[in-house]
Amino acid sequence: MTTKPRKQIHLGVHFPGVNNTTVWTDPRSGSQIDFDSFEHLARRAEESKLDFFFLAEGLRLREHKGLIHDLDVVGRPDTLPVLAAVAAVTQHLGLAGTINTTFNEPWEIARQFASLDVLSGGRAAWNLVTSSDAFTGENFRRGGFLPYAERYERAAELVAVARELWDSWDDDAVSPDPVAGAYLRPGSVRRIDHVGKHFQVRGEFPTPRGPQGHPVLFQAGDSPDGRDFAAATADVIFSLHSSFDDGRTFYDDVQARLAAAGREPGSLKILPATTVVIGDTEAEAAELARHIRSQQVPGATAIAFLEQVWGRDLTSYDPEGPLPDVEPDFDGADITRGRARHFKDPRPVVAAWREQAAANGWSIRDLVIAVTSRGGFVGTPNHVADEIDRHVQEDASDGFILVPHLTPGGLDDVLDRVVPLLVERGSFRAEYSGPTLRDHLGLAHPDAVRRPAALAG
Amino acid sequence: MTHLHLAVDLTGSGAHPAAWRTLDPEQLRSAVATLAAHLDTSVRAGFDLALLDDSLTLAPAADHTVRGSLDAVLVASRLAPVSSGIGLVATVDTTHTEPFHVAKALQTLDHVSSGRGGWQVAWSTTPAGAAAFGRKDVQDEADAVDEAREVVGVVRDLWDSWEDDAEIRDAATSRFVDRDKLHYVDHVGERFTVKGPSITPRSPQGQLPVVVRVGSPESVGLAGRVADVVRIEARGVDRAAELVARVRTAAAEAGRDPQDVRVLVDLVVVLGADDGAARARRGLLDGLAGSAFAPATLLHVGDAASLVELVARWAPVVDGFTVRPASLRADLPLLADQVLPALRAVGLAADAYPVRTGSTLRDSLGLPRPASRYAAV
Ligand SMILES: Cc1cc2nc3c(=O)[nH]c(=O)nc-3n(C[C@H](O)[C@H](O)[C@H](O)COP(=O)(O)O)c2cc1C
Repeated sequence: MTTKPRKQIHLGVHFPGVNNTTVWTDPRSGSQIDFDSFEHLARRAEESKLDFFFLAEGLRLREHKGLIHDLDVVGRPDTLPVLAAVAAVTQHLGLAGTINTTFNEPWEIARQFASLDVLSGGRAAWNLVTSSDAFTGENFRRGGFLPYAERYERAAELVAVARELWDSWDDDAVSPDPVAGAYLRPGSVRRIDHVGKHFQVRGEFPTPRGPQGHPVLFQAGDSPDGRDFAAATADVIFSLHSSFDDGRTFYDDVQARLAAAGREPGSLKILPATTVVIGDTEAEAAELARHIRSQQVPGATAIAFLEQVWGRDLTSYDPEGPLPDVEPDFDGADITRGRARHFKDPRPVVAAWREQAAANGWSIRDLVIAVTSRGGFVGTPNHVADEIDRHVQEDASDGFILVPHLTPGGLDDVLDRVVPLLVERGSFRAEYSGPTLRDHLGLAHPDAVRRPAALAG
Repeated sequence: MTHLHLAVDLTGSGAHPAAWRTLDPEQLRSAVATLAAHLDTSVRAGFDLALLDDSLTLAPAADHTVRGSLDAVLVASRLAPVSSGIGLVATVDTTHTEPFHVAKALQTLDHVSSGRGGWQVAWSTTPAGAAAFGRKDVQDEADAVDEAREVVGVVRDLWDSWEDDAEIRDAATSRFVDRDKLHYVDHVGERFTVKGPSITPRSPQGQLPVVVRVGSPESVGLAGRVADVVRIEARGVDRAAELVARVRTAAAEAGRDPQDVRVLVDLVVVLGADDGAARARRGLLDGLAGSAFAPATLLHVGDAASLVELVARWAPVVDGFTVRPASLRADLPLLADQVLPALRAVGLAADAYPVRTGSTLRDSLGLPRPASRYAAV
């Protein structure tokens, strides 16, 4: 029997988001804006030799019932300047930023990522998201124009142009010749001339190529189009398929798409988001997880969640009481805007929930806690380390993006108590093997993939 | 008497186009470390602010200058956690960028620098800029400046779109923010619309200082309307006085207090131990460039003492100077060790940093922190 070599786990930390995973009522909850919070999480992640630090993005404040949603954390700083600042206080940690492909132009965004890669010594990653709704578009020059079907088309063209721009500089273009007065080696920067459906981009790109050649590309989007786009384009998929069975299915699906795209197995890492709750005993961890879930869903949040499904105001209902007896308003437009959650026809959902609530004796709040639960790892450090390792060794994922529930210290215990166990098992690095995020993720330099002859020569 | 406001321009290798040709190529390749060292020297000097210029296009090879640039807001953000006291002012274009992105990027610079961010407004009238973005025709100066006015306006609205106390964290009602203190900017202009509010809470300074360079007649109007700091170029003191008066008139015409605008004249310096040494340095740089360096503004070639005299002579006419060292490597240390201490000794420059650490750029510029324009009074 041949034994498969042990896979190395990849781990990132997600800065707490603007949703109800993040608990802000806890006395330990700090600022989601002050740089100290970003620095805390980044430094702790680097001390534990994690692969990267991750920021999400949303380009319009969420609304509920026509008003700005006020129950969750609201407001965050801009992704790329934060990552540039984090680069100053870390040396190895990858810096992954979510940046929308619909509301950015290739010249500028390619320049910003090249800048971040240079400023961080080769640690930049771009999480490509395609949100294209007219609601968000109201903040941008082009307005809300992009049909859903075209969002991955635009994303693909945007990435193709960005790669052309990054490739238009040779790695060693900056080789100043004071005597000749040539700052760049002659011929080392090529004009580009792109004319496509979405973009016309012409000229000499002003920004040097970063150490990674191209920043690492992440993709987060779950539709078939999204998966194909990832298989064709991305280095990492950020998914929500964190449970074992779901993860296995997703992993196989993506491997098939990867092969169809003609790419090598292993050249696309699959990293689901997950939460981790640990305790000294299984019972203690379970109790803590229940407590956190309850903090995440206060009564007002439970009602607001039901309103998304019912499509109507339910504030007169007691969150600790039974489910609303009124029927959902299924003709009503989406009453929540600025986040991806759609129930096409709410009636079957409501019927199933009524059944569940009746069977378990659940209140509105109990139900919402149950149905919005995304699982995650709960247990002793040993148990959680075993589970994470099993998911990776058995190809339910290549690692995880750890999502804390507290800013900024929510992952301290996981980093301190679980990661060392993964190192002991030989599944996670004890030291960084190189300076760039490509090194951490085991990804080849783009030139080695696309121009192997040029590198060999 | 109030002291002068002193800025330093850290762009490239210095103001002289041949400055890079006297440097070790290895140092040029590690641009970030080199710039961080220059910023340290600028902090030691006690400059109020450092300017990081930027361009969306590549300088032509025929100019024989430094070629290639990084996004200035990201550079400033990278430098923020490893510096203190000094303002970090980044150039950002208004012609081809998204006002919403510009607003939150600069707010974030202000957050990560604890209130030391600033914005040098740029606009683009070149075919190269238009071709790079491919979504607009080339604009002339009047049109681009007018668009810059519109962009600065909406950016300032977005900066105020969260009132300072919008975040309430009220567990009793489960409300994280008081949404009555978040405001749509509802900008509907000739060129674009922006709904708002910003995704980013109000930053430490509320409003970052806005720097406008005056060149064209149109830009004088823009400076008067929107700028906190105005950069002028003048070779003689009379010309400087005339430009200062025009800027202040433009500010008054825009309904502002003309004294709220800080007018700084660009001052290019080539320093040496004595006048002869300074002239020799200039000769060397000019020789490398193949032509005599002739900036369109005040140029000092001489020792530190005569520079201090020059500054004292001009001090009654302007609010301060934007010092542009001909070579950052050669001139910055002399500014830090000789010129600024001498200016401080005669009361022309502000106290050194230890006294001012923790202050914001607005504090250094003597600008009060404004309340949000949307705050109920
Ligand atoms: C794990 C995950 C994280 C995401 N994070 C963001 C985000 O931070 N910002 C954003 O605008 N969209 C985010 N999205 C939305 C996706 O980019 C995409 O727009 C959305 O999933 C719709 O695409 P799809 O139909 O392919 O799923 C995320 C999606 C997933 C699955």
